[in-house]
Amino acid sequence: MIRITQLCREFILGDQVVHALNNIDLTIADGEYISVMGPSGSGKSTLLNILGLLDLPTRGEYQLNDTNTSTLKEEARATFRRGHIGFVFQAYHLIPRLTAQENIELPLVLSGMPPKERRRKVVDILKRMGLMERAHHLPNQLSGGQRQRVAIGRALIMKPDLLLADEPTGNLDTVSGSEVVNVLESLNQEGITLIVVTHDMELGKRAKRQLRMVDGQIVEDKRLDDPASKQPSATLVASEPVKR
Amino acid sequence: MRLADLLLYNAKTLQRHGFRTTMLLIAMSIGVMAVNLLTGLGEGARLFVLGEFSFLGKNTLIILPGKKETTGGLPPITGESPRDLTLADARALSRVAGVANIAPLIAGTSQVSFGGRSREAVTIGTNVHFFSIRKLAIKQGRLLPELPDYQADAVCVLGATLRKELFGAQRALGQWVRAGDRRFRVVGILEDTGQSLGMDMSEIMIIPVASAQMLFNQQGLFRIFVEVRSLTTLEQTKQRLLKTLTVQHEGEEDVTIVTQDALLASFDNIIKTMTLAVSGIGAISLVVAGILIMNVMLISVSQRTAEIGLIKALGASNRTVRWLFLAEATTMAVVGGVLGLLLSESLLWLIRSLYPGIPFIAPWWAKVASLSVAVVTAMVFAYLPAQRAAQLAPVEALMSNRGT
Repeated sequence: MIRITQLCREFILGDQVVHALNNIDLTIADGEYISVMGPSGSGKSTLLNILGLLDLPTRGEYQLNDTNTSTLKEEARATFRRGHIGFVFQAYHLIPRLTAQENIELPLVLSGMPPKERRRKVVDILKRMGLMERAHHLPNQLSGGQRQRVAIGRALIMKPDLLLADEPTGNLDTVSGSEVVNVLESLNQEGITLIVVTHDMELGKRAKRQLRMVDGQIVEDKRLDDPASKQPSATLVASEPVKR
Repeated sequence: MRLADLLLYNAKTLQRHGFRTTMLLIAMSIGVMAVNLLTGLGEGARLFVLGEFSFLGKNTLIILPGKKETTGGLPPITGESPRDLTLADARALSRVAGVANIAPLIAGTSQVSFGGRSREAVTIGTNVHFFSIRKLAIKQGRLLPELPDYQADAVCVLGATLRKELFGAQRALGQWVRAGDRRFRVVGILEDTGQSLGMDMSEIMIIPVASAQMLFNQQGLFRIFVEVRSLTTLEQTKQRLLKTLTVQHEGEEDVTIVTQDALLASFDNIIKTMTLAVSGIGAISLVVAGILIMNVMLISVSQRTAEIGLIKALGASNRTVRWLFLAEATTMAVVGGVLGLLLSESLLWLIRSLYPGIPFIAPWWAKVASLSVAVVTAMVFAYLPAQRAAQLAPVEALMSNRGT
């Protein structure tokens, strides 16, 4: 369960204030499948980073599973990320000197789990991602699709409630792209909340709930099971005067 | 993060940057090696000199002409004094309570010849007690005869090398050698004891003190060695000796009395200070290695920004990230340091086998100190880069470059 109220994120570029997110209100239920679309610079990635506790809002509240994250300290947010949130990036972000298996194992290693327990979990994930034969290959010995599956495996190993994917198929060809999307969607069917940020209309249209962002605001919030798309309240709120 | 995992993770990083790691290890090991090696050499020199100076027993006092006004430091090697030490002084001293033996000493060089061979040799005029005080042993023949100090005798004892040079394979005992304008009969040959205090006792000629006075045409003594009966009364005896000499010298205290301990202590101090100074210079290279580590870690942090962002996104806290980098630096310091220790120990071993006489051994504290200074330096210098890594915002780190 995610509830965002009056969320703003401002960057200062030179002496100009850029409103990456401008008074966003958003509620996401558990197990939803959401795509976020919009032109470059519309604030999609910023929203995703804030949802993933990688970035902090300038103003506003972000409530995740009944926890108000705005008040959390960095250490606590790290623990929260570890336990509840999985990330999948366009550029995979695998560590090149670690094998597929070790990359998947990394979150467990960081959490200090004993090697015996880790082994079992990693093998489960490897099987699930169809990477058993590739377990001891380095990232540069894997295809793009395989790399992204390693990345998804790594995101899954801590059994997160929320999976955030930033252009997960951006670097992939159609075949491996749809393969990756299938994996992500099957995870969503198991109850994980899935949020996908993408430029790709095809991919975006598959989501049950589609958000469109322009200039830091959500301009469209369309639910597939709810054909009448409604305008979110965010657009109705006048943007606040710039504060320095 | 578990320690074993941390080390493994770092080991993989270091292995991936093999060249950089090797260079850092070399820098670190040179630093540790410098400290250990220099301390070892200094200690060797110190022990060697102390050994050289303990040719005198602890119960020996040395009297030099001339007064040294300042305390500490070395007494003048050649005392310039208006009043010489004389044989009469020596005789007076031998009557002082607590004195066991007295050996007066006159030293000079003379041209010593036998047959066609001739050689310049250090010639020492003294008496029979000199041998026991200087711990000189006789290989052949006998010591100088027990004569009153004022009585000359045309006899001499030769050092082993001098004997060989003058006589070769010939028998030397009983032969007459010429020294200056006098002749001496060889009555004894010294055991070869090697060098001591820069003076090779195997190249000297020893004659009775009165003969030396005539040979060098000189009344004044160079030194008087006094052997006291008991160590516990050393200080009292020293005072009594001083009093006696003051009376002898018409109320003027114009001699210096040195104990072996004072002599040793001042040498000990000088060499210890030098060793520390030299090791300090060595330690500078450790600091240089530390700065090198800092620079490399800073580069490493900026190269691995995306990785840092990633592991933060995967749930590593600031503390974990900081530890990751600190541990990387520490690992390098420990490995480099141990390498340096091994290297310096084997070098010291090599030097010892080249110069067996000198105990070049680095003391244990030098090893502990150099290694711990290396580790502490590495950690101190790596702290800044580690802190920088820890404080990277995960999002900026992730966006900074898009890696594999």
